[in-house]
Amino acid sequence: MTVKIVRRVAILVASVLVASIVVFLFMAVLPGDPAQVALGVNATPELVAKTRAEFGIDRPLVTQYFDWMGGVLQGDFGRSYVTREEIGPALTDRLGVTLWLVGAGMLVALLIAIPAGTFAAVRHRKADGTALSGLSQIGVAIPAFLAGIILVQIFAVQLRWLPSGGWTPPVQDPGEFLRGLVLPALSLGLVQGAVLTRYVRSAVLDTLGQDYLRTARSKGLRPFQALFRHGLRNAAVPVVTVLGLQLSTLLIGAVVVERVFVLPGLGSMLLDSVASRDLLSVQGIVLVLVVGVLLVNFVVDVLYTVLDPRLRGS
Amino acid sequence: MKARIHAAVWALLLVASGCSAGSSATVAKDPGTLAIGYTAEPANFDFTRTDGAAIPQALLYNVYEGLVKLDANAKIVPLLAESWTISEDRKTYDFKLRKNAKFSNGAPFTAEDVKFSLMRVKTDWTVSIKSTMDVVDRVDVVAPDHARVVLTKPSNGWLFSLTSRLGAMFSPTGVADLANKPVGTGPYTVSSRRRGDSIVLKENPAYWGRKPAYSTVVLKYIKDPTALNNALLSNGIDVISAITVPDSIPQFQSDDRFTVVEGTTNSEVTLAFNNARPPLNDVRVRKALSYAIDRKALLDTAWAGRGTLIGSMVPPTDPWYEDLSNAYPFDPAKAKALLAEAGQPHPTLRLRIPNLPYAVSAAQVVSSQLADVGVTVTIEPLDFPAVWLKQVFTDRDYDLSIIQHVEARDIVTFGRPKYYWGYDGKPVQQNLAKADSGTPQEQIDAMRQVARRLSEDAAADWLFLFPNVIVAKSKVTGFVRNQVSESFDLTGLAPR
Repeated sequence: MTVKIVRRVAILVASVLVASIVVFLFMAVLPGDPAQVALGVNATPELVAKTRAEFGIDRPLVTQYFDWMGGVLQGDFGRSYVTREEIGPALTDRLGVTLWLVGAGMLVALLIAIPAGTFAAVRHRKADGTALSGLSQIGVAIPAFLAGIILVQIFAVQLRWLPSGGWTPPVQDPGEFLRGLVLPALSLGLVQGAVLTRYVRSAVLDTLGQDYLRTARSKGLRPFQALFRHGLRNAAVPVVTVLGLQLSTLLIGAVVVERVFVLPGLGSMLLDSVASRDLLSVQGIVLVLVVGVLLVNFVVDVLYTVLDPRLRGS
Repeated sequence: MKARIHAAVWALLLVASGCSAGSSATVAKDPGTLAIGYTAEPANFDFTRTDGAAIPQALLYNVYEGLVKLDANAKIVPLLAESWTISEDRKTYDFKLRKNAKFSNGAPFTAEDVKFSLMRVKTDWTVSIKSTMDVVDRVDVVAPDHARVVLTKPSNGWLFSLTSRLGAMFSPTGVADLANKPVGTGPYTVSSRRRGDSIVLKENPAYWGRKPAYSTVVLKYIKDPTALNNALLSNGIDVISAITVPDSIPQFQSDDRFTVVEGTTNSEVTLAFNNARPPLNDVRVRKALSYAIDRKALLDTAWAGRGTLIGSMVPPTDPWYEDLSNAYPFDPAKAKALLAEAGQPHPTLRLRIPNLPYAVSAAQVVSSQLADVGVTVTIEPLDFPAVWLKQVFTDRDYDLSIIQHVEARDIVTFGRPKYYWGYDGKPVQQNLAKADSGTPQEQIDAMRQVARRLSEDAAADWLFLFPNVIVAKSKVTGFVRNQVSESFDLTGLAPR
């Protein structure tokens, strides 16, 4: 167990390092001078040169990289070229919004997928079960931004029940916060829910075919009863794997949904920073995202061992 | 066990994030609050060191004030200066200042602050427009309410630029953290901001002038035009400061909940010719292209027919405006003849444009109309701003480009041979100098000469002038119809 975790941590650290180098090099070869972008169309070459020196981007790439990584290791992500504020605090601020969004989206997805998937599996030979899995097929094909646009049209523009976008922090006004989170979470969650429904369905179907469930049925339990008492924990193992993988796609979906709903999350910060060639910010954001995805995989790995005692030995 | 620890970390992060995210930006339902949607967000609050239109749009005239301002008709009118006189040689300006003006940190506004602010442009500002202030020789404090500015040479451009952010008045006690804490004399102060979302302005209780009708103004930043429209339709905001997709205008016009205010801007959508490089260094080729483009049809396609055909780098709100839009009427036959005469019947040109909607749709019209006269155009969209700035603007590696030139009186850029136009014309440079140093009438005459000469030389093709379209809930009134200053002026807004 300990060896396994140490190995996983080593992989995590190595992946972060490689990712940081790749991101750094990518930004370095992107056309467009951050100083020129920051100064605008009327800047003189002298001013651009001065600003490049101020940003430190006139130094050799290797120096810049080690300078940046050295700072990051001490928790200092540097100061943005464009906003002139500390990147670290901005990152945590934005990450908070994205985590709420992803968390709420995941919750919606699970609330849809677990009952729907289970139902579709148990009744897979009946018309209603087949219809439900057909419906999930359609859901899979809808991109999150389209779901968002449709939801906004119905619930914000036509009915005016919910805001079409914007962000209120939970501490400021919990009611407004929830109202604002409903539509973005739904547009992320509906599509993810459809995807997960299919996995839940096949995992449950798989479990239903197992001998121990047949034994449970033969003892007189109804299909749902048998499943709840004996099967769901086993069906959870493959679903948790998929959940971990889906979290990364959820993050990507969040970037788009943040734009549709004007949420000040990490995704919109990333798009803005790339457009304004705010290299340090981009590097910081991507690093946080990479670490996030790797951490999720790590957690999934650990969850495995908790859910399935057979895996504890290795 | 491990899983539980990670879950706890996750939960902590969620809670912490909620706590760290600033305060107050909800659009309240109370009538004293107004929410306005904008597309471009200020990077920070310091327009002395950060370029771009978004910062002065939010802060100028609202939080910061200058000695003078531009009114709705683009006329220079008093603000912190009650009046001013100009000496015979047009080099000395005497400003009589308001006595009761105060900065939002409590410091009184005096002639010392005028001296501090104007001299500071030279020493502390880093944005490129600061060069207009180079003509200031010195500022004398004659009395607390009397500042005298002495220029090294006469300059009309200087007084005009005082209406921009360059003329904003700062207090020596209020410049410690301009990027985050602006201190001005205006009717509003910055109360809070949430990056990526909004800025909240609150009424300045100690304001010297007329109290604003709205005590709180929320500036909401919504980059996506559809989301911006939806916010207005769903009561998220009260005003769209500028419509960026013309197709959505009829939807608001037909709905009596909203008013649509249409005016002009300073923003010329220009087909730039690289005057410095063959084949466009030949005036006949440039004229041919100008004849080959049907600008009316282009405006219909690219911007739903909204906007003004101007034919020069001069918007109708400048005193020397004349309609030159018929200088090159649509005439493909003449275009072909001119190309043949220039020995370039079938040139291939690179049209390198920013990847922005108006430029992309205009480029397609330009390309197909030029194809009709035998010119092959290859459209190359470049990532804006970064790549376009580098390759077209800085390196001047292009034949044709299409871009909005948004700054006021930017016709002066044709006086700079090193500017990306590659235009080097002595008569234009001389007339620009004459206009800057002359009396108001001399200025008008000389500027007309400049515009006419640029048209004769077909130095560029001015496709159209961007319209200013504001959409607001019907109850909000007092908008400045023409967007001519750098400010989105909130001071005149009032409920009906």
